[in-house]
Amino acid sequence: MRQPIAALLLAGFLAASEPPALVSAQAEEPTEDEVNAIAKGLYCPVCENVPLDVCPTLACKQWRETIREKLALGWNQEQIEQYFVEQYGDRVLAAPPAHGLNWAVYLIPPAVFLAGAAVLVGAMRAWRRPPVDHGMSQPAAAEDPYLDRLEEELRARG
Amino acid sequence: MTEEIGYTALVMAFLLALYGAGAAAFGAKRQRPELVESARRAMLLSWPLISVAALAIIVLLVSGRYDVEYVAKVTSSTMPPYLKVTALWGGQAGSLVFWSWLMAAFASAAGLRRWDRDRDLLPWVIVVTMVTLAFFLSLVIFVENPFRRLWLDPVGNTVTAFLRPAGARPLVPSDGQGLNPLLRHPGMIIHPPMLYLGFVSFVIPYAFAIAALVSRRTDDRWIRVTRRWTLVAWLFLSLGLLLGGRWAYDVLGWGGYWGWDPVEIAAFMPWLSGTAFLHSVMVQEKKGMLKHWNVLLIILTYALVIFGTFLTRSGVLSSVHAFAQSAIGPMFFAFIGITSIVSVRLLLDRWGALRGENQLNSLISRESLFLLNNFLFIIILAVCFLGVIFPLASELFTGQTVTVGPEWYERITGPLFAGLLLLMGVAPLSAYGSSSWRLLGRQLWVPGALSLVVPAGLLLAGVRNWAAVLGYSLAGLVALVTLYEFWRGALARHRRHGESVPLALVRLAGRNRRRYGGYIIHLGVVLMALGIIGIELFQTETQGTLARGEQLSLGQHVLVFEGLTQFGTPDGREVSRAEVSVYKDGRFVGRLFPRQDFYVAANQPMTIPGVRSTLEEDLYLLLVGWEPIAQQGATFKVFHNPLVNFVWLGGLVFILGTLVAAWPDRETAPVRRRVPAGAWASGD
Repeated sequence: MRQPIAALLLAGFLAASEPPALVSAQAEEPTEDEVNAIAKGLYCPVCENVPLDVCPTLACKQWRETIREKLALGWNQEQIEQYFVEQYGDRVLAAPPAHGLNWAVYLIPPAVFLAGAAVLVGAMRAWRRPPVDHGMSQPAAAEDPYLDRLEEELRARG
Repeated sequence: MTEEIGYTALVMAFLLALYGAGAAAFGAKRQRPELVESARRAMLLSWPLISVAALAIIVLLVSGRYDVEYVAKVTSSTMPPYLKVTALWGGQAGSLVFWSWLMAAFASAAGLRRWDRDRDLLPWVIVVTMVTLAFFLSLVIFVENPFRRLWLDPVGNTVTAFLRPAGARPLVPSDGQGLNPLLRHPGMIIHPPMLYLGFVSFVIPYAFAIAALVSRRTDDRWIRVTRRWTLVAWLFLSLGLLLGGRWAYDVLGWGGYWGWDPVEIAAFMPWLSGTAFLHSVMVQEKKGMLKHWNVLLIILTYALVIFGTFLTRSGVLSSVHAFAQSAIGPMFFAFIGITSIVSVRLLLDRWGALRGENQLNSLISRESLFLLNNFLFIIILAVCFLGVIFPLASELFTGQTVTVGPEWYERITGPLFAGLLLLMGVAPLSAYGSSSWRLLGRQLWVPGALSLVVPAGLLLAGVRNWAAVLGYSLAGLVALVTLYEFWRGALARHRRHGESVPLALVRLAGRNRRRYGGYIIHLGVVLMALGIIGIELFQTETQGTLARGEQLSLGQHVLVFEGLTQFGTPDGREVSRAEVSVYKDGRFVGRLFPRQDFYVAANQPMTIPGVRSTLEEDLYLLLVGWEPIAQQGATFKVFHNPLVNFVWLGGLVFILGTLVAAWPDRETAPVRRRVPAGAWASGD
């Protein structure tokens, strides 16, 4: 577990490590919405489960500055995300990248769904018996004597 | 002295819980009712004892006894008295005492009911509730003692201990650290008790289920007895989740109410299994089916209740290593494991005797659709469980931590929730037992045809988001089917009894509160779905830095920055508050005051939004940053949240429906013994 101070220092270092001349070389300053569009998909290691675009801490503010600088340099979203991954690991991404053990989060849900569906179909088949032909349709059954009567009335109305 | 009284009361309650569990089990095995009665009285006595302990903690909190570690951690002299009282559940040790207090209260309430018809269940209900209580009390007595004091050892180190260590002298800090600022919100004051009430209430139906298994009762008595307990548990859990969402919306400052955070999911998981249980028990009551499944669901719900508390209390969410280092984590883990294994083993032992009394006659019968409903709830639960567990598994097995964020959950659970909406639209019109597509079609065509107005209207209005069109169409179908059910019932009464339609509606609901309470809940879900789809699919946002007098636009709204003030408050906050004028379509509609509160002692900022709320939308404005010296420029982030207030409105309707369904009535239904008592032997 990285310590908050270490993360702050790292973030500060990263923010300060870009040559200012390169930043100013870009003609157009990225808008805050452009910064947030990328920050929304990133999580700093300190602020658990708070996306970067809305996190109020100093460390996250510095990360957003780093994104701004990278955008000003012409980097795209993928490059910026990769940059943060290289610095802090996969945990900065909003979802685990699909490799190694991480495949589990993408494969298990459909597998569980299919397995559950198979169990359900099996159980339903096992419980099922041939339908009884009552010769007429039956409306929804009631759950107490009153509703039995109610359903009778509804049936009578056709 | 106060701490000694409190701790002694806790120890006595713990011993009584152990005695109660042991005496009840022994009394049942040896057919000695006097021992069971003694155990029942021990159970009743546990609540006043834990009340004494809780009261002692409150006295320490309110009187500012900062030499007590817990008091120093969760209170400070600047906190108002009501917050000092609610700090009882603001920290780990206090919240565990609070959990135990509620557990003892619910166990006592169960112990005070009339047991004439269920004498055989009583001892095992006592065993389950008292074992659970003893576990939580053991945590506070042996690990998280809220009465531990601060001491300075002879070499000047701060140590904590209940009794004075050799050579140590008392350490009395001049002030405490204070309650986490995030928890000083009215929603957060009520939210934990609601969740705990929900958690604890689910222990009672679980206790009855286990008692039915042990005492070899094959009838649905345990379900009928606990029907109301389950609804009450579900009500509190739903309230807790709603309040938590409102708190997040008001306090966390990220423009939403649900972030798929593991702590949120910890409370959501037992709600999911509990909701599945509430539906499937109806099948057992009506058709004598799904007996295994219902027992399994309540075992699962109990395990998830303990698991939820474990997730939030063990430190495991921060890191698996924190979990391993804490004493409380492995204890929880062991307790969940042991209770689950024992419960499932008991279920397997009784498997044969719990066979269903009926079979499925149709794949579109009510019971089949309830099964599908359960399937979807359990898949959503499995997804939530995976999302919470996977980062821990990844850290454990690869050393890499990963984030499983909202997008992953939403992508997977979205279609499953849509499936649940579809079932809510169809199931009320299906029949128990034999059913056919022809019958269902006949019932469904009127509301189904009417509901086509929704997608047609949306497409004509230019909405091209297919997920929104589908979601709103399903919500429309559910609403129409539900209203159609009310209408045809009321009309039948009107024709039969000559009652006015409003009176017929009231009497209809009054005669079958569970059914019509359930329909009101469905209407609440429809309203919530409107809000959820609105904010999830149509939320827009922008951010900008403004000098005084400059403006920021978002859709039809224009916001003008009027100025910023900074001031201190008596409770230790440095407040920076912006004033922003809001115009909609060029017309002035009001002022917003977003602010940032910086809690100096806790070194923690809080972003409090300024919100302009109408039924149609929320304009949610955050003060992200500002120039502290010139006070000329400030950065704002603004969200436009369409229909979000339908979430809260739907929540109110949802709660109303649950109250209607759970409202007490006279018990008239006879015990149904569909299977001879001797049949248990075949399952052994």
